[in-house]
Amino acid sequence: MNQFENFRKGFLRENPAFVLYLGLCPALAISTTLNNALGMGVAVIVVLTIANTIVSLMRKITPMDIRIPVYIVIIATLVKMVELLMHAFTTDLYTALGVFIPLIVVNCIILGRAEAFASKNNVRDSIIDGFGMGLAFTWSLVLLGSIRQLLATGGLNLVNPFNQAVLFEFTIIPSEYTISMFNQPTGAFITFAMLAALFEVYKQKRMTSLKLKGKEVD
Amino acid sequence: MELLALFISAVFINNVILSRFLGICPFMGVSRKTSSALGMGGAVTFVMVGASLSTFAIYHLVLDKMDLQFMDLIVFILVIASFVQLTELIIKRFLPPLYRSLGIFLPLITTNCAVLFVALQNISQRFNLVETIVFAIATSAGFTLVLFLFSAIRERLDLADTPLPFKGNPIAMIVAALMALAFSGLAGLV
Repeated sequence: MNQFENFRKGFLRENPAFVLYLGLCPALAISTTLNNALGMGVAVIVVLTIANTIVSLMRKITPMDIRIPVYIVIIATLVKMVELLMHAFTTDLYTALGVFIPLIVVNCIILGRAEAFASKNNVRDSIIDGFGMGLAFTWSLVLLGSIRQLLATGGLNLVNPFNQAVLFEFTIIPSEYTISMFNQPTGAFITFAMLAALFEVYKQKRMTSLKLKGKEVD
Repeated sequence: MELLALFISAVFINNVILSRFLGICPFMGVSRKTSSALGMGGAVTFVMVGASLSTFAIYHLVLDKMDLQFMDLIVFILVIASFVQLTELIIKRFLPPLYRSLGIFLPLITTNCAVLFVALQNISQRFNLVETIVFAIATSAGFTLVLFLFSAIRERLDLADTPLPFKGNPIAMIVAALMALAFSGLAGLV
């Protein structure tokens, strides 16, 4: 597998949220606005990339039997650091994400990549894998968050979490036509189901076209 | 009276799955059969109550006394992981059929966000010992209730003629959306 393929696989084919159904709790819970989705995504990218690096560096000295507790301690330490940094520098975002920042520890994507990839591959590949998967997860969150915010409030906005400066803001749906249900849990589940079905359509199309070309389906 | 309000709010209004979105992995993974859903609910209840009590004790007797509050996340996750290991040993020894049907999802209770959420919430809401126990029992009761209802619907859903792209998890998500809508009707209860 070349480097680019390794980086790219998470975006569509092995999308962590919509295809593998990993990290669903934060994906559904904090995707009410684009801002929260992006903030959570960046936090996950940071933790995932560093966790993958450390796990990969330690892969030869980690005893097989206790590897999961070792990974969990590494991840928990990183998450606590991210939590403290966010509390100090991006207080509004920290308050908005709330308990979901410490809960990054139990985000299956991070432990999953440590176990499935970083524990078996060299440092460079693991960093690329961690960054790629984190970016793919962020992409899924942003997609979900944008759709929900657009339907629930009629527009999108993005705020710089460090100084609260508004980066962009627009409204396209007049307020009589917004659907506030998309702010609620119901809207989260429905949006997710629709996107997951779209990914399934893509997967099936790809399978048929590969079969037509006579290629091996992976 | 306040304890009753706490209980009802954790079971129905702020249901751990349908309104807080915690524990979605086992919710999607172990909900194909009602029997394994109940088994999973029981295992989560045991882990949640046990882990809440131990993390409560450790936080107030050790971490708080030594000014090590920032270590909470690391200590809690290790306590939860040990509790899950213990539950796994007990179920493997006494209920082998349940052990087989839960499969990979049993060790994954460690990464069930609901358990860590309850442990963290007990501390951040400054619950006392009784409130901690009530909150843990209520949260796991809410988890078990929704998991059981959902698995009963899913057993029927398998026979339904769903459009191809929606087969499996997407249609289950739609069902979850409708359940969330129904549960949101209970919001005025307390």
